[in-house]
Amino acid sequence: MWALLLLPTLVPQGGDAAAAKSHWAYVAPVRPTPPRTDVAPIDAFVLASALRAGLAPTPEADRPTLLRRVTFDLTGLPPTLAELDAFLADDAPGAYERVVDRLLASPHYGERFAVPWLDLARYADTDGFNFDRPRTMWKWRDFVIDALNRDVPFDRFTVQQLAGDLLPDATDEDRIAAGFHRNTMWNDEGGVDLEEARWERLLDRASTTATVWLGSTFHCAQCHDHKFDPISQRDFYALVAFFEPAEETKLEVATPEQAARRAELRAELARLEATSTDEAAITRAKKALAAAPIDSTLIFRERTDVRAVTTLRLRGGYDARGEDVAAAVPAAIDPPWPADLPRNRLGLAQWLVRPDHPLTARVHVNRLWGELFGRALVGTPEDLGTQSPPRDHPELLDWLATEFVRLGWSQKALLRTIVTSAAYRRDARTTDTDRERDPDNRWLARGTRFRLAAEFVRDQQLAAGGLLVPTIGGPSVFPLQADISGVVPTNKADLGWRAATDGRRHRRGLYTFWQRTATFVQFATFDAPSREQCIVQRARTNTPLQALSGLNDPAAWEAAKALGERMRAVPGDDRARLAFGFRVCTSRRPDAHELDLLAVALAAEPETLRWTLLANALLNLDEALSR
Amino acid sequence: MNENGELVLPTRRAFLAQLGLAPVALHALANGGAAAVGPHFAPRAKRVIWLFMAGAPSQLDLFEPKPMLDRHDGQPVPQDLIAGQRFAFLKGTPRLLASPYRFAARGQCGAPVSELLPHLATIVDKVAFVKSLHTEQFNHGPAQVFANTGHAVVGRPSCGAWVHHGLGSESADLPGFVVLVSGKIDPGAGSSLWSSGFLPTRHQGVELRTRGEPVPCVRDPDGVDRAMRSRSIDLIGALNRRRLATLGDPEIGTRTAAYELAFRMQDRVPELADLAQEPPEVHALYGTSPGANSFANNCLLARRLVERGVRFVQLYHRGWDHHGSDASDDLLHGLPNMCRQTDRAATALVLDLERRGLLDDTLVVWGGEFGRTPMQEVRDPKFLGRDHHRQASTIWLAGAGIRAGTTLGETDELGYHVVRDPVHWNDLHATLLHLLGIGHERLLWRFQGRDYRLTDVGGKVLRRLLA
Repeated sequence: MWALLLLPTLVPQGGDAAAAKSHWAYVAPVRPTPPRTDVAPIDAFVLASALRAGLAPTPEADRPTLLRRVTFDLTGLPPTLAELDAFLADDAPGAYERVVDRLLASPHYGERFAVPWLDLARYADTDGFNFDRPRTMWKWRDFVIDALNRDVPFDRFTVQQLAGDLLPDATDEDRIAAGFHRNTMWNDEGGVDLEEARWERLLDRASTTATVWLGSTFHCAQCHDHKFDPISQRDFYALVAFFEPAEETKLEVATPEQAARRAELRAELARLEATSTDEAAITRAKKALAAAPIDSTLIFRERTDVRAVTTLRLRGGYDARGEDVAAAVPAAIDPPWPADLPRNRLGLAQWLVRPDHPLTARVHVNRLWGELFGRALVGTPEDLGTQSPPRDHPELLDWLATEFVRLGWSQKALLRTIVTSAAYRRDARTTDTDRERDPDNRWLARGTRFRLAAEFVRDQQLAAGGLLVPTIGGPSVFPLQADISGVVPTNKADLGWRAATDGRRHRRGLYTFWQRTATFVQFATFDAPSREQCIVQRARTNTPLQALSGLNDPAAWEAAKALGERMRAVPGDDRARLAFGFRVCTSRRPDAHELDLLAVALAAEPETLRWTLLANALLNLDEALSR
Repeated sequence: MNENGELVLPTRRAFLAQLGLAPVALHALANGGAAAVGPHFAPRAKRVIWLFMAGAPSQLDLFEPKPMLDRHDGQPVPQDLIAGQRFAFLKGTPRLLASPYRFAARGQCGAPVSELLPHLATIVDKVAFVKSLHTEQFNHGPAQVFANTGHAVVGRPSCGAWVHHGLGSESADLPGFVVLVSGKIDPGAGSSLWSSGFLPTRHQGVELRTRGEPVPCVRDPDGVDRAMRSRSIDLIGALNRRRLATLGDPEIGTRTAAYELAFRMQDRVPELADLAQEPPEVHALYGTSPGANSFANNCLLARRLVERGVRFVQLYHRGWDHHGSDASDDLLHGLPNMCRQTDRAATALVLDLERRGLLDDTLVVWGGEFGRTPMQEVRDPKFLGRDHHRQASTIWLAGAGIRAGTTLGETDELGYHVVRDPVHWNDLHATLLHLLGIGHERLLWRFQGRDYRLTDVGGKVLRRLLA
């Protein structure tokens, strides 16, 4: 498993531990001085690179484009027409900054940034594997949304995610937060060695921790010392050891209805015990209380009788037991383990978020940059090790990492700094020469545009149709999806998907019940992962199946009908109605020629379907699917 | 639409003129616009049909007569054979189980096939058997993932995805890697078996379904006819092209082309899936009946797919997990039943491909994720069953570049361990890629800091299997 290939490779071979250790990512960033002071630091770094590459930076994007970009990036939703009008009318200085502050304060901010975190945490509503049974983890998901909205500093958030249950005076919320690593898959197929299945979960926890916080491919060291990075096989198992004492258990968390019902039953029992001698009745009341339904969520409880020690497996094989290894962090990654930290998950989390840690802040800001620009500063955000490609803007990454720490690990403050930069606000249009010179936009002389993530494709459809139910959090929902009657159940996990007919039909995408062996059809089509393992970067494909989904998915069609109704209800003539629909879907007004095309198309369609068909086409424009 | 994929709806020309567009054909888009990396050398096979018998058929009751097993039926298995072995379910000292079925040497090559597979018995001279295939996994999910990706944990690309990455698609109107599933609900790793893993998602298998819609959302919404759809596609294309001219972002062109391919798929997929077009003689050959969710229908569909240029077709038929807990999963009822569901159609597929001249460059593979034990698993004394056996299983291959009538590998007298020519899944994958003209050590993808390949650190081409 994860054995390294013995392949010829163009890069220098490993083995030179000193060289590997001096790789930039293993050395704490030193805050670089921006090369000029007449622009914001981010722009000072970006402009220097762009000009060095001989590129002409483009001007700021027009306001509709800018508002669409920043609204999707910070909330995962399109701007409303009222928001567009307000922004276009705001001539006072600081109009854009005020928009950014409004968006960062929106409760939809937490929903939007939860999505990539759920991918990292491999969050799902089922166990995975053959049985793929439902599980209750949405409390953890809601914690993430809420923590993001409260802007819990990333160092604190990290401690809660990895070791909330070990905090002094841990609350239920802390324990729920530490469910991060309870999102692993769960395999209890008949014939499975349950201890081996647990071992697989431990390995997943160790490698996911390394991927998410260290941007490091620790799993490569499962079978032998890492071939390129200064990580020994012992180091990998030393990281696994942190998770050995963590017992997998549940926390009961009653819904308000469940709590009320239980209080009722408890009162009834107390009354009987105080007043009655009818033993049978008391037993019945006790049984009723015990049988009352209550939700539970998956958490850890640290065992005091198990040490943070594990057994190294020779060549990675489960049966090939080697020496015992105690919990420790890799010697090659600074900072060294401080003597006052406990050798448990809490200590591990606290070590990760030390301000002088070389990796944690870099890894996180690199991912955030990728969310906003469609391309991270280090192109492999899952691996900042010696095998990562050269950084596009090395000094910028280090400046952002140190700035993040300086801002008290506030993600909102960091995002504000980034989205108010000129680099972020640029026009995506450029000359053919500059496009040829920098086809991937590495040097950021122009603005970025890319397709929306799966959940936000759905969210936009609902918002455009005026259908979106903006409730935050709660149990996962079963919205309408494409015909899945032909799906031969792959296993015993057929849930009998029944689309909700109430408000739960139109909740935001991230609340959709996530079944690992049968991902929601629309999301799978638009590159959402199955969440079987930690995913740092989603693919961004462009396929005919996406076209079929956008055109024909019953939920997309339902949204088109609703948008068509909205268009038809607009006062004025058909051109006004078409312009309204176009603007809802693209955030800008169509030009005269575009309106002509739309009018021709409208006239070609039968009266009963024309508005739905036009709305459907508008929602499928490249411009509608992009930000 | 004519054979070039050009829309010939009479109203389209006028509509396009109104949009100010020339009446061009909707352009073909193969491979999502990306170039394939191979082939590395002249291929023997252009396409693959892989009949995956999920659940693991019993090689000892189908292909491996063992007189020693008959003689010692019911006796405890020799301890030295199983010392240090792990089993999925067997506990203590299990007893040997003779096959209840008769075997005979078949064809010119004399390959033994049991009475359960009378159809296959007639074509043994067209196939090659591998009796020494072993795996590292002894549970269904991980072993199926292993058989497809060369790795037990989900996340790596499947064989079909690697091939699609290496060779691209030959079809302008259909996906290049198609999966067809039939059979009962059974342990299985689901769609991760045809995942693209870390490869771009355009390489993942597209499941064609025999119930409901063959491809998700392939049907137009109620009330929408093809002419309306073509106008939608034209309108989207016209507006997108204006944006492309302004922005120069090539993704806009790719998306426009994807919509046009989607439109063509809407026409081609229902036609493809319509087995009623086949003559009665073909239905008699395969044992098919249009509309059923059956392995036979999927075999016929597989032939229709490869005829239309689909590169990699994988069929899954589930229900081979014969532990002996009841009549449905035992060797006396369940196994013959599974053979009846598959034998005629799998044989018909080989014969049909052959008479159409397709077998010369189409590779057919038949087999499960592992074998079954020579020992009986006693779940209920009324029934006969065998446990999962990772040490040896039997598969067969036919068609392009395969040396017909041969057998590779041999197990010991009890059918427990491989004693000659062991074959690892990596070897089988290497051979499959080789037949397609791909060097398995050269088909690479860099992910998370290292180069990956289907055969991981192993794999050797099984030259003795090649014609």
